[in-house]
Amino acid sequence: MSFQIEQQDANTLNIIFSGRLDMDSVAKLWQPCLSAIKQKPPRKLLIDAENVDYCDGAGIALLQALQMQQMTGKNSCTINGLKQDFKNLLIEKEQQQIKVEAKSSPKHRLLENLGRIGYGVAQDLRNNIVFLGILADQLCFVCLRPSKIRWIDFWKAMEDVGPRAFPIVALIGFLIGLISTFQAAPSFGQFGAQILMVNLVGLGLVREMGPLLTAVLLAGRTSSAFAAEIGTMKINQEINALNTMGINPIRFLVIPRILATMIITPFLEVFLIIFGLLGCFAVMSSLGYSWDAFIHQLNQAIKLQDYIGGLIKVFVFGWVIAGVGCLNGLKTTFDAQAVGRSTTKAVVSSLIMLVILDGIFAIVYYILGI
Amino acid sequence: MNKKPIIQVENVATRYDQKIVLEDVNFEVYPGEVFIISGVSGCGKTTLLNNMIGLLETFSGNIILDGDSIVYANEVRRLFILRKVGVLYQGGALFGSLSLLENVQLPLKELTTLPDDAIAAIAHNKLKMVGLDNFSNYMPAEVSGGMQKRTAIARAMALDPKILFLDEPSAGLDPSTSAELDQIIINLSKTLGITFVIISHDLSSIYRIGQRVIFLHQGRIIAEGPPEVLRSHQNPMVERFFNRKPI
Repeated sequence: MSFQIEQQDANTLNIIFSGRLDMDSVAKLWQPCLSAIKQKPPRKLLIDAENVDYCDGAGIALLQALQMQQMTGKNSCTINGLKQDFKNLLIEKEQQQIKVEAKSSPKHRLLENLGRIGYGVAQDLRNNIVFLGILADQLCFVCLRPSKIRWIDFWKAMEDVGPRAFPIVALIGFLIGLISTFQAAPSFGQFGAQILMVNLVGLGLVREMGPLLTAVLLAGRTSSAFAAEIGTMKINQEINALNTMGINPIRFLVIPRILATMIITPFLEVFLIIFGLLGCFAVMSSLGYSWDAFIHQLNQAIKLQDYIGGLIKVFVFGWVIAGVGCLNGLKTTFDAQAVGRSTTKAVVSSLIMLVILDGIFAIVYYILGI
Repeated sequence: MNKKPIIQVENVATRYDQKIVLEDVNFEVYPGEVFIISGVSGCGKTTLLNNMIGLLETFSGNIILDGDSIVYANEVRRLFILRKVGVLYQGGALFGSLSLLENVQLPLKELTTLPDDAIAAIAHNKLKMVGLDNFSNYMPAEVSGGMQKRTAIARAMALDPKILFLDEPSAGLDPSTSAELDQIIINLSKTLGITFVIISHDLSSIYRIGQRVIFLHQGRIIAEGPPEVLRSHQNPMVERFFNRKPI
């Protein structure tokens, strides 16, 4: 492929192409050709394509770009000698140049934008409340008629949420117990109160870290999984199929998952606490404390109400995590990124809800003296 | 026709936000008929189907299915109306975690009080009707697209509906599988008297099974009649569509 630029006269510029105008050659020609007419736009541009043997989409694009460049300056552009086969492509391309009206985005004023955001938040809140209402209604329904629960889904969800999460829960629990004790050891050692580290880690795990860490792990594992699973079902029109069969998708899909999560989460929390305490004991034993001393100190530090408070907390957390995951799955739209967006939203919303609920629990427990 | 219509669509209009998707849509479907809703992509066919099965609210107008308005029905009534209706979605919408038999059994298990033996027998019969009784224990992922659609038809028929809505049944199928599916539709219509409302733009299928067709364009019905008549319709767009020419 070769090209030549000739200044015919003061107003006319000739660009002569020969050989192949294909992707490879156009890649090299594009910049020099366009910059030649950009720097000093001629009144008349003559493109000589008589010796062009082959012209593909890239070649046509180059010719069109030259034409367009000329037209923006209200100058003329003529293509001569282009073979009929290639000309057809050019004409087709020209026809495709339908004026696409840019979607004008209205310039909203600040107040209007705030109103829109507020409306969106209120809509979300309304949807969540409606969902909670439907959920409560369906939970009551299945409590009265347990045969209406999809037990297969319930056991499957139970297995997914519980035993499959056990290794990660155990590992995180052990490491948290171990690291917290290890970090606290020097400070407590200065006062000769290393045995009190059992109180710190034990109480922390039972009242706060156990429920919260279990819930955070489940938010990342379970909430996202539910959102993805139900979201994919929605995209595959399975939710529509349930609706048109007259089967309530919330009872069919959501209730088994929520029940399974609510039941299994407290067990996971207990495991996390046990492994956390084992981690704590690993450090304590290295400091010379016996198993008996450790258990004795633990018994003194933690009361039954601490355990129960933590279990109630994690039970509610389980309900929220599963509910938020399923809700986001049901709200999945039909575009390509929809499932990904739903899973992200499920995790983020779950975490926000967990923090808010944890704060509420802290206040309630303080008032109740737990 | 002297028969009373089983479906009446009266002055239906549908909007998405401010955009008009359907406008002034009127037609009737008679019992046992194979009725086709056709038109180019984006003309409002699926929206009309969603209106008819109550998945999408209409902006105005009324849709009566077997004497009951789905537009004005409350939830209880809507469920009652939907018992008379079966729907085949474009992709089949089978539940991946259930076998073909379990998929067909699902509406029977959930919505009836039949004993398990009876449910299994009914589901087997339905699968037999679509020629899949030997594949009842297969999972949806283990069978072809055509078999999935046949299973979805069997599931849609599980509760013996009076009306079956099929959304582009031949989409994604090879011509011979598509013809097989058409034959199943013809057989079911003849033997069981089921009314079919089919969304399709597959011309060979329309000519093979369609008794009456409406052609939608930009949300309005611009032609109605038997497919062979529409082939020589005075509206050039309709005529070109039914003769497979560029519009």
